[in-house]
Amino acid sequence: MSSPATGLPPRARPHPSGHQRAFAERTVRTIRRRRVVNVVMMGFTYLAAAVATLPLLFILFHLLREGASSLGPDFFTSTPRPVGEAGGGMANAIVGTLLVVGIAAAVGLPVGVGAGLYLAEHRGTRLAWVVRFLSDVLNGLPSIVLGIFAWDLLVRPFGHFSALAGGVALGAIMVPLVTRATEEMISLVPGSLREAALALGYPRWRTSLTIVLRTALPGIVTGALVAVARVAGETAPLLFTAFGNQFWSTSVTQPIAALPLQIFTYAISPYDEWHAQAWAGALVLIAIVLVISVVSRYVTRARFGTGSD
Amino acid sequence: MTDAALAGGVHAGPEPAPADAARMGGAAIGDRAYQLAILIFALCIPLLLAAIAGAVASAGWPAFREFGGSFLTSSRWDAVNGEFGAAPAIFGTLVSSVVALLIATPLAIGVAIFLSEFAPPWLRQPVAFLVDLLAAVPSVVYGLWGIFVLVPILREHVMPFLAGTLGLGGTPLFSGPAYGPSMLAAGLLLAIMVLPYVSAVTREVLLAVPRSQREAALALGATRWEMIWDAVLPYARSGIVGGIILGLGRALGETMAVTMVIGNRHELSASLFAPGYTLASLIANEFSEATGDLHVAALMAAGTTLFALTLIVNAIARWLVWRVARGPVGR
Repeated sequence: MSSPATGLPPRARPHPSGHQRAFAERTVRTIRRRRVVNVVMMGFTYLAAAVATLPLLFILFHLLREGASSLGPDFFTSTPRPVGEAGGGMANAIVGTLLVVGIAAAVGLPVGVGAGLYLAEHRGTRLAWVVRFLSDVLNGLPSIVLGIFAWDLLVRPFGHFSALAGGVALGAIMVPLVTRATEEMISLVPGSLREAALALGYPRWRTSLTIVLRTALPGIVTGALVAVARVAGETAPLLFTAFGNQFWSTSVTQPIAALPLQIFTYAISPYDEWHAQAWAGALVLIAIVLVISVVSRYVTRARFGTGSD
Repeated sequence: MTDAALAGGVHAGPEPAPADAARMGGAAIGDRAYQLAILIFALCIPLLLAAIAGAVASAGWPAFREFGGSFLTSSRWDAVNGEFGAAPAIFGTLVSSVVALLIATPLAIGVAIFLSEFAPPWLRQPVAFLVDLLAAVPSVVYGLWGIFVLVPILREHVMPFLAGTLGLGGTPLFSGPAYGPSMLAAGLLLAIMVLPYVSAVTREVLLAVPRSQREAALALGATRWEMIWDAVLPYARSGIVGGIILGLGRALGETMAVTMVIGNRHELSASLFAPGYTLASLIANEFSEATGDLHVAALMAAGTTLFALTLIVNAIARWLVWRVARGPVGR
């Protein structure tokens, strides 16, 4: 076959050599394989997201199914009954948790907010770097280790368990959480606000406390609430500090009941009535945690316009 | 003016006019008091950490003095005769954590990639929120769910399936009777618990990878997965490793949930079906029935070991994450 115009055979047209064909096929195969890998791996990430959200939904489902039936007014108003007697509640444990968490907040909040202020105002310094690093390390320590700390500090010397020791253990857990929340919220406050106050002749300390801290307050409160929610569910450090109590007590120097402790005790017991109570307690606990999480997320997003944390 | 400049000194502005001098003098005192106060609060953190180290070491000291290194290597735990060796608990701590990370890591990285690269905008927030909520669920609630839901499922379905249907029963890893409470149950529950931590750090690190890195890969004709695999993940690698180690730190120290499903037996067994112990669950489970000072000291020594282990793991993890995500001096 020759070209009518020149009479010469076409140069770089049809009939590829075997070599060229193999190359083309290989390219097509490669592209196809790359596409398949792409789709498969994207599918895997979708699957991972689905699998990761399932456990939470499962847990919530079981908590509602098992816990709701034992959750009457009795649960919030009466103290535990002995084995074999139906009914009873966790009123003492709920009050105990409130008391212990209150002590924890009194210990942990001032230190956390103060340290957070320092980190935000001296961000570039070496000391701030060290404190920030140690705060992160502290945050990663197992809660049971902080329980040992409070036990050694406040239980062993006095010879008895106490609500105070439990509060101190939980307070120590709160410190790094509040510190980081405070630092991050303060760093979101526009520098112009601080400069405006200084330009008006405000001293630095009043600028920090009444302008900057005031502006960041909703965010800090949210961070503090998240920290409270986290320690309210802590069990391990309370095992050898607050210890637990089947009876009514509001004394800070005596062993005291707490909701998570009570759930643990009931869950590992062999009695069905107690299991039901444990589920009900867990439902209450998770409701508290979820409400705080959702509210804090809503508040943070509404205020700072960012949804992520 | 930057924060650093403001932090430079009390008199950040020009010299005050004479009439204002008295008031400014008051401000200087106020500033100094304020700076001192927040400095003290900041120093509380290193002090707290030092106090924790001191308390944990002193509480465990009698056991270390009595048994020396054999506390870490012996597997005899005999409260009646006063012999304590924590090897099974150390072994169990490591095994349950490794199982947890083997399960959680691919999932967590998958979720993080999904959230940072693939998720449609309307799905991003809800999924991120649900995964983050996993971290907010109290340990004891996981434990409760583990005892009454997860362990029965493992015993009735998963363990027979692994040993029988898949024919893995002959391998040492999946041999022995399937009671339910086991290393496998603990590992699985821990996997759920550490997943949000690993995934949150990974997501943060992935978001820190520059856009140009992604665009360059796409411009060269990479598929979206190739972009992630060849351009994004290598850039974020040490941060992701940091996130995994952070998850390891969580898994090592997790107490209540593990205590409730691991079976609490002083045994060294290669099988994941066998019950075991971890350092944290050992302390939690035996403290209330500890007889005698040496028993308590041995439990506290387990706490000392756990403290040292998690301290090292956390320090390494934080360092790796910081290097990628924000650098050492904050954002």
